[in-house]
Amino acid sequence: MLEIKNLHAGIDGKEILKGLDLTIKAGELHAIMGRNGSGKSTLANIITGRENYEVTSGTVKFNGNNILDMSPENRALEGIFMSFQYPVVIPGVNNTYFLRAALNSKLKHNELKEVNAADFMRLIREKLKLVEMDEKYLSRAVNDGFSGGEKKKNEILQMLTLEPQLSILDETDSGLDIDALRIIAQGVNNFRNSERSFLAITHYQRLLDHMKPDFIHVLIDGKIVKSGGMSLAQELEEKGYSWLEA
Amino acid sequence: MSKNTQIIDKAIEKEYEYGFTTDIEQETIAPGLNKDVIRLISSKKDEPQWLLDWRLKAYDQWLKMDEPDWSKLNFSQIDFQSISYYAAPKPKKKLSSLDEVDPELLDTYKKLGIPLEEQKMLANVAVDAVFDSVSVTTTFKEELQKHGVIFCSFSEAVKNHPNIIKKYLGSVVPTTDNYFAALNSAVFSDGSFVYIPKNVRCPMELSTYFRINAANTGQFERTLIVAEEQSHVSYLEGCTAPMRDENQLHAAVVELVAHKDAEIKYSTVQNWYPGNPKTGKGGIYNFVTKRGTCVGDNSKISWTQVETGSALTWKYPSCILKGDNSVGEFYSVALSNNFQQADTGTKMIHIGKNTKSTIISKGISAGKGQNTYRGGVKIMKAAENARNYSQCDSILIGEECGAHTFPYIDVRNPSAQMEHEASTSRIGEDQLFYCNQRGISTEDAVSMIVNGFCKEVFNELPMEFAVEAQKLMEVSLEGSVG
Repeated sequence: MLEIKNLHAGIDGKEILKGLDLTIKAGELHAIMGRNGSGKSTLANIITGRENYEVTSGTVKFNGNNILDMSPENRALEGIFMSFQYPVVIPGVNNTYFLRAALNSKLKHNELKEVNAADFMRLIREKLKLVEMDEKYLSRAVNDGFSGGEKKKNEILQMLTLEPQLSILDETDSGLDIDALRIIAQGVNNFRNSERSFLAITHYQRLLDHMKPDFIHVLIDGKIVKSGGMSLAQELEEKGYSWLEA
Repeated sequence: MSKNTQIIDKAIEKEYEYGFTTDIEQETIAPGLNKDVIRLISSKKDEPQWLLDWRLKAYDQWLKMDEPDWSKLNFSQIDFQSISYYAAPKPKKKLSSLDEVDPELLDTYKKLGIPLEEQKMLANVAVDAVFDSVSVTTTFKEELQKHGVIFCSFSEAVKNHPNIIKKYLGSVVPTTDNYFAALNSAVFSDGSFVYIPKNVRCPMELSTYFRINAANTGQFERTLIVAEEQSHVSYLEGCTAPMRDENQLHAAVVELVAHKDAEIKYSTVQNWYPGNPKTGKGGIYNFVTKRGTCVGDNSKISWTQVETGSALTWKYPSCILKGDNSVGEFYSVALSNNFQQADTGTKMIHIGKNTKSTIISKGISAGKGQNTYRGGVKIMKAAENARNYSQCDSILIGEECGAHTFPYIDVRNPSAQMEHEASTSRIGEDQLFYCNQRGISTEDAVSMIVNGFCKEVFNELPMEFAVEAQKLMEVSLEGSVG
């Protein structure tokens, strides 16, 4: 589903990713671990097409198509979703309205019928239960006055509503208490199936304990230096990263 | 070049939709201003002596006054002698019905989306159309007459209702009020007049469309609305102008009088030509004095304005809250895109007991636009238990624009309750990327964010015009993001 080959990329002329290779197949959940500054978030920004990030060489393919020339919204419409590390506040824009606009944009892209307000409310109330969110958050502005945990739940709510093929979870576990972490992990786990893939970016093992990734990769200085299964996460927890550094 | 910048460039190239000129035989007097010009205007309108005297007195006062320089507006001096103070479409003969209005004129209004033929008219909206210096037609007159409502051009009102005009003209905005009000008093050519008798709820929205067409001509109209006891009226004005390289002056005066238990709702959708988006050349200089007095107890005056046009906007619709328990409201959306500058706000003068005012101002700056909110709240000594709530929000789009807020507060009675909130935000790259990442295009994201920002004000517009305002905002803004 996602195929990254020899990716060199950075920002402001500074190279951050230095020859990264990663392949994620349908149905797999991959985790990327690494210190701050190792290039984890850069990778997420490159895949989603954020402005100002430059790719100097290498390819990123999604379902066989090169996506590097695609606009961020087209990548999203093709099925790439990112749960933001710092979800953005959009004052004045109603959360429900925003979500429906996003869903309808996707439905339209797929040449499907757009959903009306009443049907959407029914749909969203179902999804809301899955992330144990209070209905009051629907009538607020997007992420406005949300606690850290509610913002992250709102991201997962969006994921469950938009049903992307590839979900990138950028430090979705940061700033969460144990309950919120459990709810979010559950939300993701229930959403997993043989068609959907995930890329979880994290510092900590605790999210991985809940999500049980198929593969764990260690990112150091813009390259994946080691890949493995759950046991690798435990090893990292015990020994840190230094034993992997050259 | 980033994608967002490309979208801006595309949008900036978007042309002003109403920039056409009407090729019509015009009667225009030579540029320049002196007493003879004023006498000429007055005689063209066949005015009574008292009105000519009033004009000449205003002119004398204007000569002694200085152009105000306290605003944040930056522009080269206006040469008042290079402006023509009167332009009118030449009537083929005297008009007695709409059928006799020049088809060119009807066509102009049709292009503007304002059909004047009654059968095609907007449901339940009466329209007075002002073309350069004169009112061309007023619709629904008879229907309104049944209710005793007078809605006509100012010139007609001078002829047919001289006593009302004499009583109220200059009663809210005296000729000495300010430089541009004095100028208007001397040279005003036409405008609209509304009179709502006691206990009457005006059965439809009243609306005036102002159109500047002639080159090198100033437009100076006056509007007077009088609402007698326990009456109610909702009034809307719209404005457009052709694209021209020279700046054109628009200096209007609006006076509102609300008697006991009366309510006046005055809405403006201002879309004068804003000037060339790339060079800043041309565009309307909009210097307007709007004020209403809540004369009677429990009366209410509410201003709503959506200001998207003009090169310069200098405008402070105000309320004098004389009557006890009277209410003043000001809801404003002001947009400055490209080279536009707006210095706008309100004044709320609390005189009566338990008077209440609300100010909601939303400023949007994009391109190189500069947007200033300037508002004054004055609580006089006698105003026991006066209350004011002010909220001034600004939103910035791009790196080169500016937003400024100047609240003036003067409280002379200790029982007053004042609340003031202000915020400035920016449509950030992060917000746009967030929307993009959810499959929403940048243009849709900007319009979603701006409409969310303006919602409180749009909600105040009469239904028929709220959608129009929203669309206008989209056109004026589309892709102005960097």
